[in-house]
Amino acid sequence: MDVTFQFDWQAAFASIPFLLKGIPYTLLISFGGLAIGFLIGILFGLLRISPIAWLKVPAVAYIEIFRGTPVLVQVLFIFYGLPQLLGSPINALVAGIAAIAVNAGAYISEIVRGGVQSIERGQREAGLSLGLSRLQTFRYIIWPQAFRRMIPPLGNQGIISIKDTSLFSVIGVGELVRQGQVYIATTFNALEVYLMVALLYLAITLTLSFALRQLERKGLVGQ
Amino acid sequence: MNPDKSQSSSGADFIVRLDKVNKFFGDLHVLKDIDLAVSPGEVVVIIGASGSGKSTLIRCINGLEEFQQGHIEVDGNELLPHGKAGRALQKIRTEVGMVFQQFNLFPHLSVLDNVTLAPMKVRGWSRADATETADRLLERVGISDQAAKHPGQLSGGQQQRVALARALAMEPRLMLFDEPTSALDPEMIGEVLDAMRELAREGMTMLIVTHEMGFAREVADRVIFIHQGEIAEQGPPEEVLDHPRHPPTQQFLSRVLKH
Repeated sequence: MDVTFQFDWQAAFASIPFLLKGIPYTLLISFGGLAIGFLIGILFGLLRISPIAWLKVPAVAYIEIFRGTPVLVQVLFIFYGLPQLLGSPINALVAGIAAIAVNAGAYISEIVRGGVQSIERGQREAGLSLGLSRLQTFRYIIWPQAFRRMIPPLGNQGIISIKDTSLFSVIGVGELVRQGQVYIATTFNALEVYLMVALLYLAITLTLSFALRQLERKGLVGQ
Repeated sequence: MNPDKSQSSSGADFIVRLDKVNKFFGDLHVLKDIDLAVSPGEVVVIIGASGSGKSTLIRCINGLEEFQQGHIEVDGNELLPHGKAGRALQKIRTEVGMVFQQFNLFPHLSVLDNVTLAPMKVRGWSRADATETADRLLERVGISDQAAKHPGQLSGGQQQRVALARALAMEPRLMLFDEPTSALDPEMIGEVLDAMRELAREGMTMLIVTHEMGFAREVADRVIFIHQGEIAEQGPPEEVLDHPRHPPTQQFLSRVLKH
């Protein structure tokens, strides 16, 4: 076979220092967005199962809207759309964090709801029958057990959100993909550079997977 | 009944009183005009077919079920229809312990923490005081060497004895038992009944839903037979269990005692 293309390992390795400059942005958007998304998820996940009917309405609306629209459209709306409304531009990094927060927040709301609802009714009854208030029963009995069950789906959502940040090259944040594009624009080593970009994502997500597995194992020992 | 037993704190000769209590699940009339007064120190065993309303009855007493008509008084605190009780309800739950069919221990906490949680959070005891009480109670139910384990590492009988210790740690004035041995393997029923027997001997007021007729005969001051949501018959165990007067009671007992 006549090989017209040689994979250029040297070019691949040469791109790494430049690509690494994107990692802090990728991590900041991912984990900043996920941290806020987790708080949103707790709030709306609990509102969603509130016994008070009118509190459910905003939670259901939020979840359906942000789960049902693409995260790319959400970030474009925040970065290009909202400034027209507000009259002042939004920093691209802030827009990226906000998009991950509201998008992951919708999914995490459902994870929280599922986790809390999965705890057997008898746990709540046992807490209440001991004289604990509803809030104490939730805090000391329901939530610790629900949170343990939420770790695997939360890990999934974390990995999904990390990969979603790759879309944010469109708003010009210097994250991993954006760095790759900029590098390729001058060297034209698309194959080598995108392979390196992919491996760097894999390094981040595998690290997270491993950390979560350790956390789960630790949690299970207590059971 | 034992009207000459010690008086309750409210000065009345009963610790629980149900007055014309009616409960519905939708159209289903689950409890019909239940009147019941239990004296301090009395052990009342409630029997009846499944679905007769006996579990629902004791779950109304600590507000795990709402009722629609009538009223319930527990140690001077009043429960009203449709769950209208507010602070009285939590007061009642603080004074009334419950043991469940499925144990309902907290799987994420150690045996010791299962027992100390409520005294610390509800009664405001220090960890040292709560631990001292827990150690004493776990010793009494024969689990003291398992205090550091988690519930999942114990047998069913051990779990139910921990559940008993957990309820007793709140120093309740009344104990409710909702089929405490129904989920246990046969060889573990005895150890739980032994612990309950000892509690009865110490003078605890107990309301027990059970199918253990031998235990009822031995421990109960009074046996109540519930049939289709009504108290069909009640009296001393030798009367109700050995010489039932009503056909439903006779039919139920012949089915239960035959095997």
